[in-house]
Amino acid sequence: MRARVGNVAGEVGLLLLALVFLAPLLVGINLALRAPGLTTSYDALTTHPVLSEFTAAWRQAGMGSAILTSLLITGSSVLGVLVFAGLGAYPLARSTARWSKVTFGAFATGLLLPFQLALVPLFETMRSAHLLGTPWSVVIYEIAVNLPAAVFILTGFLRGVPVEYEEAAALDGAGPFGTWWRVLVPLMLPAFGTVAIIVAVIVWNDFLTPLLFLSGAASQTAPLAVYTFAGQLAQNYPLIFASLFIAISPLLIFFVVMQRHVIRGFAGGLKG
Amino acid sequence: MSEMVSGGDVVGARLRAASMRRRRRSLVAPAWFVLPAALVFAAVVLWPSVRSLRYAFTDWSGVGPAHSVGLSNFKALGSDPQAKAALEHTVLIAVVFTTLANLLGLGLALAVETRRRLASLVKAVIFLPAVLTPLITAYLWQFILSPDGSLNRLLSDVGLGSLQQPWLGEPGLALWSVLVVLLWQFVGFNMILYVAGLKTVPAELIEAAQLDGAGRLRRLWHVVLPQLAPAITINVFLSAIFGLRVFEQILVLTGGGPGYATQTLSTLVYVRAFQEGQFGYGAAMSMVLTGLVAIAALALYAGLARMRRA
Repeated sequence: MRARVGNVAGEVGLLLLALVFLAPLLVGINLALRAPGLTTSYDALTTHPVLSEFTAAWRQAGMGSAILTSLLITGSSVLGVLVFAGLGAYPLARSTARWSKVTFGAFATGLLLPFQLALVPLFETMRSAHLLGTPWSVVIYEIAVNLPAAVFILTGFLRGVPVEYEEAAALDGAGPFGTWWRVLVPLMLPAFGTVAIIVAVIVWNDFLTPLLFLSGAASQTAPLAVYTFAGQLAQNYPLIFASLFIAISPLLIFFVVMQRHVIRGFAGGLKG
Repeated sequence: MSEMVSGGDVVGARLRAASMRRRRRSLVAPAWFVLPAALVFAAVVLWPSVRSLRYAFTDWSGVGPAHSVGLSNFKALGSDPQAKAALEHTVLIAVVFTTLANLLGLGLALAVETRRRLASLVKAVIFLPAVLTPLITAYLWQFILSPDGSLNRLLSDVGLGSLQQPWLGEPGLALWSVLVVLLWQFVGFNMILYVAGLKTVPAELIEAAQLDGAGRLRRLWHVVLPQLAPAITINVFLSAIFGLRVFEQILVLTGGGPGYATQTLSTLVYVRAFQEGQFGYGAAMSMVLTGLVAIAALALYAGLARMRRA
């Protein structure tokens, strides 16, 4: 009997803990689902939830095309990071030569550099290359800035993979690229998954880069569209929150579906 | 290797292994594999950063010509009260965030690392804010912490109206409000890293301590914590570097205000370089920040390594 009471208390304690962390999001959802024109306090419980703020935000903030742009940018960046870092990790993990250590060290400094400053000279370069205002300016930057962490994770993973697989492939007459593609890439899939999850979350959420490179342009990322929209609204919080929840919904769905993988990916990736 | 040995006798396997080693030289992946990554990284991150840092010795405003001014940007840093305040805020945030994120992260990890039915759901909920955009902190928390926001309304509803505060508007309070928001968003990271660490603690060790009559706290202190040393190392390291460099959350939540009350080195670099057009000065400040992060990283690395040996 006492054990059962203890169990219930434990479960209730956990539930309260979750509620503390969920409360700010619940405040926002409560407000976003509110019917327009209500005069009650913004914290009053929404008893008759409606989606009118969501449809208004979707239309007025252009969230549909913003989400497509975000998907394009996130997808291209993840693919670019995986290809570049996946290729680079192969010699970095296997070679003990001096250039390999120096290159690895150069990537390591990238983890410490304050990223804001590179943006100004880069801004000029993007402008003269006529990339400013296009999603590709953001993609190029996101690939480059996420390479160090990806190189770290993939190189670390590959060092733990026995070299015998490559030797077997070489005996079968495979060249270096064939070995990479047919032997190493399949072996690296779990680490690729980790990198893809981390990079996707970082790129989807990034706000400063699109703000600098895409301000006023036709293509906006989802967070940037919310920011621009909110700037015109003067604290119309129901509408702001509705657009905010639309912007995070793809990531939210991804997180709910892939919860275990996302948590394990971040835990494993950051640990390495 | 074991698969190869099982095929023949031991001597044969040794010979084959030796010939493999000789062959391995030609097997090393070609260096050009790393070229695409190195070129992109050098062109888009390293080179612009170096170019930017060169401006630390000029009066460049972001457009037009730059004139060399020697070390005067660095001298100006010493007499800029806002830079001094930003440095203090940066160190305060890094120290308090690192301490609380690790204590709370470990506490939460111990709470969710149980066989309770709700544990994995609760773990996901606590981690959720960490994967959401910084704009969440901007809009949700500005609303909650505003003078007539949810927090103050909640306080007055439960009869604690006297505790109402302008959480983000009071200079002495704003920095602590920012810290609470940072912890809400990112303590889940520390939690999952500690959960991963807890999984590596052998159950036999805990059972043995239990048989020896060690209570819960003694088991935690004498058995679990020593085993968590690697998790503690990486957690302290990551949260300290995050704390020193925190940028977007503060930029969107308070913009460094009220006044300069929540300005950190990274947000002040942004203000000076991008908003006020003092790019050379901002670059100098950014060099100082980079140095600070590098020193902290090296010191923590050495200190934590010594602690683990002890």
